[in-house]
Amino acid sequence: MGYHAPYRLNDALTVLAGGGPVAVVAGGTDHYPALGDAPEPAVVLDLTRIEGLRGITRAADGGWRIGATTTWTDIAVADLPPAFAGLQQAARMIGGVQIQNAGTIGGNLCNASPAADGVPPLLALDARVTLAGPDGTRDVPLAGFVTGARQTARRPGELVTQIALPAPPNDLRGAFCKLGARRYLVISIAMVAACIARDAHGRITDARVAVGACSAVAQRLTALEQALIGQHAGAPEMPAHAFDGLAPIDDIRADAAYRRAAVAEACGRAIRAAGSA
Amino acid sequence: MMDRPATSPATGFMLNGVAVQAAPRPGERLSETLRGRMLSTDVKIGCNAGDCGICTVLVDGDPVCACLMPAHRVQGRAVETPAGLARVDPWARRLARSFQAEGAAQCGICIPGMIVSAVALLRADPRPDEPRVMDALGGVLCRCTGYRKIVDAVMRAHLHEDHGGPLAEGDGHTGAAIERLDGAAKVMATERFGDDVAPPDALAMRVIRSPHDHAAFEFGDLEGFVAVHPGIETVLTARDIPGENSVGVIPGFLDQPVLAETVARFRGEAVAALIGTADALRDAVLPVIWTPRAAVTTPRAAMAPDAPQLHPDRPGNVMCRGYVSCGDAEAALARADVVVEGRFSTACVEHAYLEPEAGYARAVGDRIELRNSTQAPGMDREMIARVTGLPLDRVRVQPTAVGGGFGSKLDVTIEPLLALAVQKTGKTVRGVFERTESMQSTSKRHPSDITMRIGAKADGRLCGFVFDGTFNTGAYSSWGPTVATRAPIHASGPYAVADYTARSVGVFTNGPNAGAFRGFGVPQTAIAQEALFDTLADRLGHDRLAFRILNALENGVPTVTGQVFSQGVGIRRCLTALQPAWDRLRAQTRDFNAAHDRVKRGVGVASCWYGCGNTALSNPSTFRAGIRADGRVVLHQGAMDIGQGANTVIAQIFARALGVPVSTIELVGPDTDVTPDAGKTSASRQTFISGNAARIAGETLRRRVLARMNAGPDTRLRFGDGAVHGSEGALAHRIALDDLPAGALGYVFEAVATYDPPTTPLDENGQGAAYAQFGYAAQLAMVEVDLALATTRVLHVTAAHDVGHAINPLLVEGQVHGGVAQGLGMALMEEYVPHRTENLHDYLIPTIGDVPPIDVLLIEEPDAHGPYGAKGLGEHALIPTAPAILNAIHDACGARVTQTPATPARLRAALAGGADG
Ligand SMILES: Cc1cc2nc3c(=O)[nH]c(=O)nc-3n(C[C@H](O)[C@H](O)[C@H](O)COP(=O)(O)OP(=O)(O)OC[C@H]3O[C@@H](n4cnc5c(N)ncnc54)[C@H](O)[C@@H]3O)c2cc1C
Ligand code: FES
Ligand code: FES
Repeated sequence: MGYHAPYRLNDALTVLAGGGPVAVVAGGTDHYPALGDAPEPAVVLDLTRIEGLRGITRAADGGWRIGATTTWTDIAVADLPPAFAGLQQAARMIGGVQIQNAGTIGGNLCNASPAADGVPPLLALDARVTLAGPDGTRDVPLAGFVTGARQTARRPGELVTQIALPAPPNDLRGAFCKLGARRYLVISIAMVAACIARDAHGRITDARVAVGACSAVAQRLTALEQALIGQHAGAPEMPAHAFDGLAPIDDIRADAAYRRAAVAEACGRAIRAAGSA
Repeated sequence: MMDRPATSPATGFMLNGVAVQAAPRPGERLSETLRGRMLSTDVKIGCNAGDCGICTVLVDGDPVCACLMPAHRVQGRAVETPAGLARVDPWARRLARSFQAEGAAQCGICIPGMIVSAVALLRADPRPDEPRVMDALGGVLCRCTGYRKIVDAVMRAHLHEDHGGPLAEGDGHTGAAIERLDGAAKVMATERFGDDVAPPDALAMRVIRSPHDHAAFEFGDLEGFVAVHPGIETVLTARDIPGENSVGVIPGFLDQPVLAETVARFRGEAVAALIGTADALRDAVLPVIWTPRAAVTTPRAAMAPDAPQLHPDRPGNVMCRGYVSCGDAEAALARADVVVEGRFSTACVEHAYLEPEAGYARAVGDRIELRNSTQAPGMDREMIARVTGLPLDRVRVQPTAVGGGFGSKLDVTIEPLLALAVQKTGKTVRGVFERTESMQSTSKRHPSDITMRIGAKADGRLCGFVFDGTFNTGAYSSWGPTVATRAPIHASGPYAVADYTARSVGVFTNGPNAGAFRGFGVPQTAIAQEALFDTLADRLGHDRLAFRILNALENGVPTVTGQVFSQGVGIRRCLTALQPAWDRLRAQTRDFNAAHDRVKRGVGVASCWYGCGNTALSNPSTFRAGIRADGRVVLHQGAMDIGQGANTVIAQIFARALGVPVSTIELVGPDTDVTPDAGKTSASRQTFISGNAARIAGETLRRRVLARMNAGPDTRLRFGDGAVHGSEGALAHRIALDDLPAGALGYVFEAVATYDPPTTPLDENGQGAAYAQFGYAAQLAMVEVDLALATTRVLHVTAAHDVGHAINPLLVEGQVHGGVAQGLGMALMEEYVPHRTENLHDYLIPTIGDVPPIDVLLIEEPDAHGPYGAKGLGEHALIPTAPAILNAIHDACGARVTQTPATPARLRAALAGGADG
């Protein structure tokens, strides 16, 4: 019973292992709306006081570590390499300031909405997710962590502790393109994150493109990425088959036909933006 | 560091600089703790889901939604709330001043969240530019103001000193842009809305609603349920209703049960209410057995021969029809040189006021007293008397401040339930709807399906007009009959149409009631009519604005109901006022489009008229005013101020009539015990009808005082120090008031005045004097369409409004801005779909970043019936916006969206379907 706000990760894992349902809450920006007016769960585990879980650090190997309870505001204002620009743009487009101040990147991944804005930029940065559980920690690629709409590879008893990002090439530039029906407080109809590197002639040497809200799980468009290599970043040609892996649906925000048409355009814009940054 | 898991129930934090302790439940929302346990009702709740931002507080200086934060998390932290900031924070006090000066607060329910967010911004950046202000306030919704004045107020906050009450300058008579008289409480976060007034020990209420569009139901063992749920006082069902279990607003159409008896006809319909302590209500699950039935959700399905019938006395599911005809429309179309035809459909639109329905009721002696958030206290009282079976004089309704209404708070919703709960338990009972139940269960704008055929001669004159409109009225009538009546009267637009036939039908379906919403069906018809006017003008090769000016109604020209106004018809002035902006923006867009391939700009124009007051029906307002022995002038202001400004506007009219500065008038608010019925706040009737009643009350009072003094009509009056002073040239008069006998309410002079606008009943062809006055407007919108993504951005709106006489230009502008924002939402994003958009996350209304700069052009074509020439304005503000935007989209890219809202997906489909030129 009760409200637990431990300072140490081990204590949090102990609460989680205690048996019975435990509501894990980070920013609460997905937790409370999902709860609605239903009664609160009896045991609440608040992650936000756990030491070492919040913040962005540079690892010895040059890679980056983003703690699970790092907020979108933390990410937006951090001093990060240009490859992270798409992630930072996404952070500034999440909800409004209030949501950015509370919502966390770990919560965004664990909630696993197909429209989670954090996922495409992190996919484009080859993110890995670190989980801690009763048996120690493990590390899974983000693409394997989010397994379906609202489904993750997180096991009962585990917490996400951080997102690990390999050091991006120095010349890699990121961008994010979000489609929504209004300016603020809007869940994406579709979104694209791109990271692009160019040679001296403006030709693409490295391309990563990830698309969200057009399939149950956001995905990298590897065929597109390959097709981009060698092309001019300013006017990329995108083969139609590059989008075959997407399976957009009709929902209240847009129909599948719109998503299919818009996503190619959004990809082009994100690629051009990253390629000209 | 010591691990101190906060399993202990108590949590200590700094609340507005004071150390406090609270004992929330684990996981309790901070908003609930602040409001319920710390009595900080300045923290507002609009959605409990992060979507509206009006609950914003600062935690260690950062704005967060209090509804999304576990209360225990603030242990050891500093929490600042709107009222706390307003007391001590220099930025909050400057903002309060600035919000008042700009007229940035209307209903005021969002203002605490806006000001808290702005304080965080200004602490970091005292002189932010517009994009920064928008980013900082983007998480807070406002449904009233259109945001532009809020942006201005934040950008100009640094120019102001501390808040020091209203800046009353001069007499504040009509024509003066004075600050809202009731604004200080709104900008200082001390205003009390529907959920802010109940005593802390009141019982709570939870309504049980149908999860199905159509279902029969039975209850399990209710007595047993109450027995095993300590803390639950009772379960209210249809059987507990001593009076009539039917409510509504139009005589002959009172068909909605307060609690359904055996069948629920729409999702969200109330079937029972649990009354008890908040703790007990939270976990209780009432045993209800549902048997879903086939549902009809569209008029087409509902009118099919074998469709299930919603009401036995309404065959074919037809609620009612409307009809207006003059001349011979078919013959005129046959002789027209060009005839255009189109079919349009508009979505169900939610009012989305940010304050959900709320209030409380209690027993006082043998009476029931209700405090609630309403647009129509008099009708609430009648309905409560009807369902409780009590005589009218045993019911008192005393409204609180209203956090937005826009038509929906004209219906009773929570009111009869609270009254019945008090009647059954004898205890004080409070209630507030959750956002989702508010959206599911309260009235909406009618979805419509409209066809029109309109003809014109080669010279551009209209020649024949046929309108057919089907309005989906949902499960119960509400204000549906009004919409069915208004639509055919207004569908011509403010144009001279000699040959006209208009038919409407309201159809019952298993959906939410469609009722009153700013415009009563007219926004829907204007979308069709204004679109076809563009097509006509294009076919004839006429300029689109010139085509409208040519056909604009004029003094002396009959309307489609045969009404001839000899004065006051201001539409041509509105349209011609747009000419400079039209020419300039059309030229600009031509240049822009020549230089851009991927985005295109366009300009659209549309106009509207709207008859003020009820259609061809008596709808009086009565006002009382008095002078106390101490010399105070008191006005009983019964016209509900739902943010539009009646408290200020009516006082300005009264002050002018009496001949005193508005600052000397004391207002007594609506209260069915002491303030006469000023009718409902709807149909743009308050400025016109209540304004007239207040004017007559002021004039009467003045005459009585002057007669007593033996003074002439031009005498200047001054009230105070127990006397009235009059100066008439060199002559000075004085009456000592304490010598005079005082009436029951303590007034030594008193006046009660009634005004009822002159109208006549309409005949079987809808011919007659439907309204004593119309208001007129024309708007011009400029948009930018992104061709590949089919997204639309509105760049600018110019709004020309004939208000007869602008009683308060600041408030007029505010009304126009708010109407434009709602019209923009209707055009581009708003669509209520049961099961799918029942919250403010999925139901999108414009945010601060979506509303463009708006130029308001005030046209004053005085109306002989209006107080000092004034006309109503509330509905007019919204009507032309959506058609102007849709016309601008067409102008930009050639695609005509005929189904609103014009979402990116719909616009893309229209673009792919080929531009129609
Ligand atoms: C108004 C509004 C607007 C929004 N706009 C956007 C938007 O534009 N884009 C977008 O992507 N999202 C948006 N969201 C959703 C949400 O804000 C984000 O997904 C946010 O990042 C969630 O983080 P959180 O910390 O608040 O999650 P929480 O609500 O605290 O948690 C979410 C889920 O993840 C679990 N969880 C959280 N952290 C961990 C962890 N470390 N280990 C294990 N489980 C964990 C929780 O148990 C819970 O089930 C919006 C939400 C609201 C209310
Ligand atoms: S009440 Fe908290 S955001 Fe609406
Ligand atoms: S003033 Fe903003 S919601 Fe009413």
